[in-house]
Amino acid sequence: MIGDTLTPQTAYAVEAHGLVKTFGDFRAVNGIDIAVPTGTIYGVLGPNGAGKTTLLRTLLGIVDPDEGHRTLLGDPQPLRQSRLVGYLPEERGLYPSMKAYDAIAFMGALRGLPLKIGRERARAMLEAHGLGASADKPIRQLSKGMAQTVQLFGTIVHEPRLIVLDEPFSGLDAINQGKLEALIREQARAGVTVLFSTHVIAHAERLCERIAIVAGGRIRFEGSVAKARDRLRPQVTLRTRSSDGPWRRALPGETLAQDGAWHFALPDGGIEPLLRALLDADAGIESLSIERPGLHDAFVAIAGEAVARQMEEDRAREDTA
Amino acid sequence: MKDMMRSAMVIARRDFSAVIFTRTFLFFLLGPLLPILIGMAFGGLSEKISNDSLRPAMGLSMPPAQAARMLDAREAIARRIGADHISALKAAPWPADPQQLLARSDAGYAAVVSGSVDRLVLTGQRADIARLEGDVRLIASAAEMRATLPEVRVERNPVALSASGQAQARLTTGRAAQILMFLLTMLLAGMVLSNMVEEKNNKVIEILAAAVPIDAVFLGKLVAMLSMSFIGIFFWAVCALAGMGLLAGPGFALPTPAVGWPVFLLLALLYFAMAYCLLGSLFLGIGAQAATVREVQTLNMPVTMGQMVVFFFATYAVDHMGSAPEIAAAVFPLSSPFAMIARAAQDAALWPHVLALAWQALWVALIIRMGVWLFRRHVLHSGTKRPLFRRRSPPAS
Repeated sequence: MIGDTLTPQTAYAVEAHGLVKTFGDFRAVNGIDIAVPTGTIYGVLGPNGAGKTTLLRTLLGIVDPDEGHRTLLGDPQPLRQSRLVGYLPEERGLYPSMKAYDAIAFMGALRGLPLKIGRERARAMLEAHGLGASADKPIRQLSKGMAQTVQLFGTIVHEPRLIVLDEPFSGLDAINQGKLEALIREQARAGVTVLFSTHVIAHAERLCERIAIVAGGRIRFEGSVAKARDRLRPQVTLRTRSSDGPWRRALPGETLAQDGAWHFALPDGGIEPLLRALLDADAGIESLSIERPGLHDAFVAIAGEAVARQMEEDRAREDTA
Repeated sequence: MKDMMRSAMVIARRDFSAVIFTRTFLFFLLGPLLPILIGMAFGGLSEKISNDSLRPAMGLSMPPAQAARMLDAREAIARRIGADHISALKAAPWPADPQQLLARSDAGYAAVVSGSVDRLVLTGQRADIARLEGDVRLIASAAEMRATLPEVRVERNPVALSASGQAQARLTTGRAAQILMFLLTMLLAGMVLSNMVEEKNNKVIEILAAAVPIDAVFLGKLVAMLSMSFIGIFFWAVCALAGMGLLAGPGFALPTPAVGWPVFLLLALLYFAMAYCLLGSLFLGIGAQAATVREVQTLNMPVTMGQMVVFFFATYAVDHMGSAPEIAAAVFPLSSPFAMIARAAQDAALWPHVLALAWQALWVALIIRMGVWLFRRHVLHSGTKRPLFRRRSPPAS
């Protein structure tokens, strides 16, 4: 890997404290603390306009923060580590007249990879992903999906230690989304830290070991997906043959009767006392399920209903587009 | 610094190949030759027209013997001082009214000479009379003195060069170099204005800004455009030399500059590069602020006017070596290359050029830095609290 000798591995690939970035009167990033452990897949989750892109651009050193400080691979000047970083911006950009393999090699060369090696790797990558025939085509002749793939290869051709992807799934069809997920996992297995932003909860839930939920320029939650889900207690759904009896006293206070079933959060003492009461009173248990809440439910609980609704709208808009 | 230069070269190589390996570059190379070829064709034609028919001649309406004396005298003077330096005479009908002769559109007389050799009458418009009277008197005097006009012989004592002639010749070389440099800079540096628009429009700027310092982007673009300009200049120079060889023959030579031709040509190359980088970095910085091609087009005119002002300043100073304006033109960064190439033609000292080149290089760096600062602040919306210049911090451990 290029530059392995330049900077020793740090515990956190990215660290920031008290980051503030203002555009005019608008605080896009409003006092964010974040720490991305080395070697993890880390998701920044939030609706459009939450400040995700500005946060990533600030972390990468494209813009400087107004307040706070950040380190990238342990360096307070992120651009100095650019050889070890790959970045896929939200707004994809390639020179239309460049050939596909040359575009990949150029992006690698910007980050210190010799052009010759870059060209060889580019051809191999395109070949391996079934795009060998398009290697010599100019970008303007490629489909949108192919061009995005070319840019993604350009992001990783120099074998970076940290990959930052801003809304990487945006604009990709389901097949290409699956391929991208596989590629992210492959990179993570190789020890690369992957930091990506998304407004699609499912991607974060499938891929991320840790997430930061961002809304209104602030981090509302930071931690593992499991920890986010643990913010909500597991949900119990109970169906009984008998609708009434002394066993009902054992149901928690906030139990909701809906569609012929009882719904309630798993009590602190566990399910056993309720089970015992149901059996003793011969309530006739038809079904009993205990489900851990999904990340979506956790997100609603953490960021609020309005933000969650906005995320759904963003996604629907993107699907329509 | 090494990393920045490496990044700049990556950008330069991309920009250079993106321009060179296109069909439009062929038009770029051939473009400047077309007006020259057309100019030469029309120039030759107009010279012929001017020689043949449009040069005004005076009508000579005198008795035939007197007219013959006048025509002989004019021929004799023309042989001595050159036909271009004495007004032409053309035999006109006699006797005739000079005013009627002037009114004839087919004759094309500028004025009419009538009367006799010792009593001439010059009829024409007031301005023409004032212009031609001296010539007519000279011709008539020669005609009168034909028999007795003494011809004093001059002994020829040729020297290689007089101080005055040498200074004049060198000044000519300096002026020619200045004009050529200005034309090339105006023609080529203006293209830099629109250089960042492509990156901004196709969003590549985000990729570049995340990977390399913006200084490297600016420098790379400047190097690419300068290299492309050198290719153009080389091509045009070869064409020009071939053309001059064809037109002027083997005897054609320019006055030798004070520093000698090899050093002068090297300095011309370096000063052109500096003039290009100084104006180019300024244009790059200005153009980078523009969001669209239309904005760049709007900026073109004021930028060209600015170039003209700089050039006029340097041109004014060239006649006054060592004067305050000349020193000011040499010190002011944007006019410095033009002033200094004129100095190289007139003064053999080399140390001022070393100093000037270093000074100009410093200003290129400063202007790039300023452009980058403005770009980061207004386009990337970054660095509101970042100083224009900052101390290099030690590398992270």
